[in-house]
Amino acid sequence: MREIVLVSLLAVSPAVLGAPAADALAQELNLVIRDHKFEPQEIRVPAGKRVSVYVTNEDSTPEEFDSAALKVEKVIPGRSKALVRIGPLDAGRYEFIGEFHADTAKGVVIAE
Amino acid sequence: MLGALIIVFREVIEAGLIIGIVLAVTRGVPGRSRWVAAGVLAGTLGAGLIAIFAETIANAFAGSGQELFNASVLGVAVVMLGWHNFWMASHGQEMAASMAAVGKEVTAGRRPMAALAAVVGLATLREGSEVVLFLYGIVAAGASASSLLLGGVLGLAAGAAFTALTYFGLLAIPARHIFVVTTALITLLAAGMAAQAAQFLDAAGLVNVLGRRLWDTSSWLPQDGILGRLLHTLVGYTDRPTELQLITYIATLAIMTTLTWISGNRRQTTDGRRQKVHRLT
Repeated sequence: MREIVLVSLLAVSPAVLGAPAADALAQELNLVIRDHKFEPQEIRVPAGKRVSVYVTNEDSTPEEFDSAALKVEKVIPGRSKALVRIGPLDAGRYEFIGEFHADTAKGVVIAE
Repeated sequence: MLGALIIVFREVIEAGLIIGIVLAVTRGVPGRSRWVAAGVLAGTLGAGLIAIFAETIANAFAGSGQELFNASVLGVAVVMLGWHNFWMASHGQEMAASMAAVGKEVTAGRRPMAALAAVVGLATLREGSEVVLFLYGIVAAGASASSLLLGGVLGLAAGAAFTALTYFGLLAIPARHIFVVTTALITLLAAGMAAQAAQFLDAAGLVNVLGRRLWDTSSWLPQDGILGRLLHTLVGYTDRPTELQLITYIATLAIMTTLTWISGNRRQTTDGRRQKVHRLT
């Protein structure tokens, strides 16, 4: 579905042609969980787009990426990597936590 | 310790609410305790398995395994709840009327019981696997975490107490209203689950449309607060619903209400015919 929309957009407007490469860079982000903290604690994403965030849990214990604001609830086992899909978001701040270590594992997504 | 207590309690109350409702709904059904206990037990064992294979599940389907798993579990629960209401609408009232447990009624009571036991099992499975992973993390962190573990156990106990509270609260509803109230409760429960399942399909990248947020009531009634969580489980309250979630919610309500209505109507027609036959003979 998204592909179809994308293809038709490309066909209609040649001006969009340059965009996909830059978007691909912006739309894949990486987060690391280390010592029950997120690194970086703040990530910026484009508003109105779907974004893939790869979360690598370097701790030996599991963590739950949790955010009602981002509508995500995902368990990330120890020493593993998980894909979290977010968006499309309106511009603004969206907080997330690692629910199993909520006092230290905190972060925010800024959509702009 | 308090932190661990709160986390475990929060995970347990969702399953607890569902178990409490199922117990209230099946009041008077013979053997229902065994069915519910079997559901909880199977769900707990399943939760352990899910926790062990968490990584395998997470990595399945190009990293969308966990979302698809959650969506499937919720989807099956919705179907079971729908089936229960459909069945109850045609058999429930006569069953309640002749609860005199003749052999026939006992088997009749079993059918929705199996469906409800499955719902209990699935709820325990989903919430339980998170509790298991959380407690595993505590244990893995070392002996110094024993107070956290105590918190976890107390959280479980508080969750169980909450289940009892839900059950006795529902028992206070007068018997003549219980059928209508429980049918409505189960319909709302199912609609909320269906909307949640739709969101998991979105998170899995399977559904890429209707992702726009419709409104935001998180400043008035945050979904991650205790009241928000209770309403989330009970009636599917979401503080920032997407178009997809709202459409799924309304569609589930509509489909379940229609099915229950059709089922109830069919029963009345059959009863009517039966009465006519009686009058003739």
